[in-house]
Amino acid sequence: MNLSNRTIWGYRRENGRVGVRNYVAILPLDDISNAACEAVAAHIQGTIALPHAYGRLQFGEDLELHFRTMIGTGANPNVAACVVIGIEPLWTQKVVDGIAKTGKPVAGFSIEGNGDIATVAAASRQAKEFVHFASEKVRVECPLTDVWVAAKCGESDTTTGLASCPTVGNMYDKLVPLGLYGCFGETSELTGAEHLAAARAVSPEISAKFMRTWSAYQKDVIEAHKTSDLSDSQPTKGNIAGGLTTIEEKALGNLEKIGKKIKFIDVLEPAEAPARGAGLYFMDTSSAAAECCTLQAAAGYVIHCFPTGQGNVIGNPIMPVIKISGNPRTVRVMSEHIDVDVSGVVRREMTIDQAGDLMIDSIARTANGRFTAAEALGHREFVMTKLYRSA
Amino acid sequence: MASTPHRTPHLLVHDHRDNVGVVVVENLRAGTDLLVVVTEDNSELRAVNNQDVPIGHKVALRNLAVGDTVIKYGQDIGRVVAPIAKGDHVHTHNLKTKRW
Repeated sequence: MNLSNRTIWGYRRENGRVGVRNYVAILPLDDISNAACEAVAAHIQGTIALPHAYGRLQFGEDLELHFRTMIGTGANPNVAACVVIGIEPLWTQKVVDGIAKTGKPVAGFSIEGNGDIATVAAASRQAKEFVHFASEKVRVECPLTDVWVAAKCGESDTTTGLASCPTVGNMYDKLVPLGLYGCFGETSELTGAEHLAAARAVSPEISAKFMRTWSAYQKDVIEAHKTSDLSDSQPTKGNIAGGLTTIEEKALGNLEKIGKKIKFIDVLEPAEAPARGAGLYFMDTSSAAAECCTLQAAAGYVIHCFPTGQGNVIGNPIMPVIKISGNPRTVRVMSEHIDVDVSGVVRREMTIDQAGDLMIDSIARTANGRFTAAEALGHREFVMTKLYRSA
Repeated sequence: MASTPHRTPHLLVHDHRDNVGVVVVENLRAGTDLLVVVTEDNSELRAVNNQDVPIGHKVALRNLAVGDTVIKYGQDIGRVVAPIAKGDHVHTHNLKTKRW
């Protein structure tokens, strides 16, 4: 297929970015504003609330990450317009101002001095206007490579490294040179393959930046908090049931999803938007699926490729998550969760090149509006990454 | 010449340096004459598994002693902690990470 001319039908946003969904998001600044956001979303059809657990008394780098995730989520091109509700006006306005830089419609409401009921009434009135605005948007033809595609694997097993991760890697090898933005993360799950990951950086400087990030995670998270041996958590019980024995084995399979040819061009902070142009980026993330996907969506990625062996069921409220599996048993017993069946690879009936083409086709169809399995099943896991306890 | 009919492999090996392969069929019984395919070049080998091994789990391609390194993807995936005979199931009972 001629990939350089391939197009999809997406939403061209005010800042030029392409979205593949058209949400009116009702975003709580903090945990105690969840109820008001959910009330607005229940009232005004065509909106989606994004409840989460944090946002109070955070400080320092942890607070910066909170704001970056909030603003990035509202700014994501899959969101047409956004209502922000917080307990007080100042931090709420900070998020509104950040989202407004994209040029999209956004408005903030605060609860203190007003109460939930008046806030919900005012926010509902605004949300209704945003729904009229969003529902008049029409899809336009856009280059496939304008769709930013992130990746992360989960409930991995040995078939992940044989089939589903190489499938995503093949897709990146084909599309990144044509101008795609890609992203992989999972800092801790590269342990055992960190030397190979570092060798895939575009320059010695970026390689050193990657190793600093990986070493810091080892020192500040793993070594600081481990009690005896991580073997009870990494690999997970699901990984072990699927045949993965060590973190090294898991990491080597994980790294298959960045392909064979391309290099990554920068190392991103969690939820940081890529700023060096088209290419593959590494983001410093936890390896927990919902945390990683939430950070990648906040960085501006609009579609996610999620290889799974044993059958992770993760979804995201604003970013369609495409599941790929090469495990013949999983695609049979959990078929409702799998979008791309590459089990033919382990039977040697399908090549990785063919599997990569299937992946690209699935990305294009999802971009055009086809629901993923996770969307159809209502998976909307939105999980903020918290760096340390609040003040 | 007619092409060889497709045969489904029992065991896949990533790299010729590997000393383990991955079972890719369900309900594999002990003593099966295994068709092994090395994915790097699609070359074929034969092996026999000594135990029933679940899909996704590993089988040793040679004898390994305690302290030896298990190789997969052509890379170090950990150390042997109990003796392994060629054809044995390799998992948490005889292989451990070197990282933690």
